[in-house]
Amino acid sequence: MADNTELTARLPAWRSARSITLPAAAALGIALLLALAVLWVIPVWTASPLLGHILRWLPALLWGMLANIQISVLAIALGTAAGLVIGALQLSPVLPVATVARWYVQIFRNAPMLILIYFSTYVFPFEIRLGSTYLAFPDWIKVTLGLALPASANVAEIFRGAIGGIPSAQWEAAAQLGLRRSQAYRWVILPQCLRRMLPPWMNLYATITMGTALASLVGVKDLLDTAQIASSTVNRVDFTVAVYFLTLLLFFLYCYPISRLTQYLEKKHAFH
Amino acid sequence: MPSIDSPGQALVSLRDVHLTLGGNAILRGIDLEVQRGQAVSIIGPSGSGKSTILRCITGLLHPQQGQILVDGVELGSLRSEAQLARLRQRVGFVFQQYNLFPHLTVLENLVMAPVRILGLDRSTARSRALSLLERVRLAGKADAYPGQLSGGQQQRVAIARALAMQPELILFDEVTSALDPEMVGEVLAVIRELVQEGMTCVLVTHEMRFAEEVSDQVHFIESGRVVEHGAASHIFSAPDNERTRAFLNRALNGERSAARNSFAPIAFNQLAFSV
Repeated sequence: MADNTELTARLPAWRSARSITLPAAAALGIALLLALAVLWVIPVWTASPLLGHILRWLPALLWGMLANIQISVLAIALGTAAGLVIGALQLSPVLPVATVARWYVQIFRNAPMLILIYFSTYVFPFEIRLGSTYLAFPDWIKVTLGLALPASANVAEIFRGAIGGIPSAQWEAAAQLGLRRSQAYRWVILPQCLRRMLPPWMNLYATITMGTALASLVGVKDLLDTAQIASSTVNRVDFTVAVYFLTLLLFFLYCYPISRLTQYLEKKHAFH
Repeated sequence: MPSIDSPGQALVSLRDVHLTLGGNAILRGIDLEVQRGQAVSIIGPSGSGKSTILRCITGLLHPQQGQILVDGVELGSLRSEAQLARLRQRVGFVFQQYNLFPHLTVLENLVMAPVRILGLDRSTARSRALSLLERVRLAGKADAYPGQLSGGQQQRVAIARALAMQPELILFDEVTSALDPEMVGEVLAVIRELVQEGMTCVLVTHEMRFAEEVSDQVHFIESGRVVEHGAASHIFSAPDNERTRAFLNRALNGERSAARNSFAPIAFNQLAFSV
């Protein structure tokens, strides 16, 4: 019962968002299949060595891309969870708490992502000792943490901005209906914040995803790393050009829908 | 309603209320009483402290001196936020800028507080909300969002939202001041019907003719003091105080010149009220 209100309140927005993204996703899928079919058929006909190489490396590249997706999803999830807590702490009436949270945000928002990745890779331990067993700490998890740091700082700032952007008249209207502050926060302020936060949050998601390419610099087998290995193994100029174009295309296919959805949501939620 | 109707006890009473904000004396000894079932208008020039009085009645502002009683409860004695919240549940408030919740549909705006605060079950709250929307003649707009409505429609939703809490009195804070002239009539019509039904209302308003028509009592406020108060017929026809007369002359002349636009005849006046 308690969550019904929210569900019904949010439904229209989600439904129409889906109606836009579904055809877009379907079109992308069909385009991808067509591209694959063409890539499959042409080498058989022409026996072109370039396309043969690409075809041979494609599974490895896609496997590498999976690492990027995995890191980006985990980093944004961790960053969002931590960022919401830190964002709330920034607004804490307890001054030392708010100050520490604010400095956390300032430090990690203003640090280059690559430096944070090096930081997490070379400062964090290689493994954690739990009693007699050792828990390995693989590189990709370190990179995930390195990206989660700036993600959390940015989410905290997005959250703080969203809360501050709600007109004080909304607090007053809630108070006059007899809502206590915590209730006003839960039922009036927070739902409006989440809507305002969505577009900048998705922007951040795209940024973090692009940042995952930096993982290759600390030895994670991601798309870019795989492309580099493929390029030096095959050792053909035309293949090198093609493989980096393919890398670009794969990132584009992942990030472009996110940025389009963001633009759509920005328009949709400009309700004031 | 739980309270007992003792004839002598006013629903709202202010005694010698003084309020200073940022070094400015806003209220300088306000005495005011609202009896159950009465409509009381507060008129006066801008900046005279009219809206501040309403904010004091709901405990949004705390006077430095004086006493405010709402339904027998002394506001100054309410210490906790929960106590104040409980009082506000019984006092409806309609803002000049409507202040609807933009993320909720019209229906959800009306259902949220009764369900969350009064603990009403959803289906009851829904059906009540729908009948309230019918009362303010917005039955077809239940699923619209506030941003899709005109100012007049939003203000009528705001009135319905206040009514949904089944308050014992409603405070109207210049509710037509932000509206385009052609929308003033539809909002006043809703308030008029509320008054006729016997809802206790306190109106801060610049609509002098409307105040004259619906109020039992009128208070003229200037510089934080009640200059004159009395029956509406008395204040508007033969005010005792020179300053009241001067203010009314100015206000009514201004209104007369704007009257051609703002006071469209209201056809839905004849519609019966379903309670």
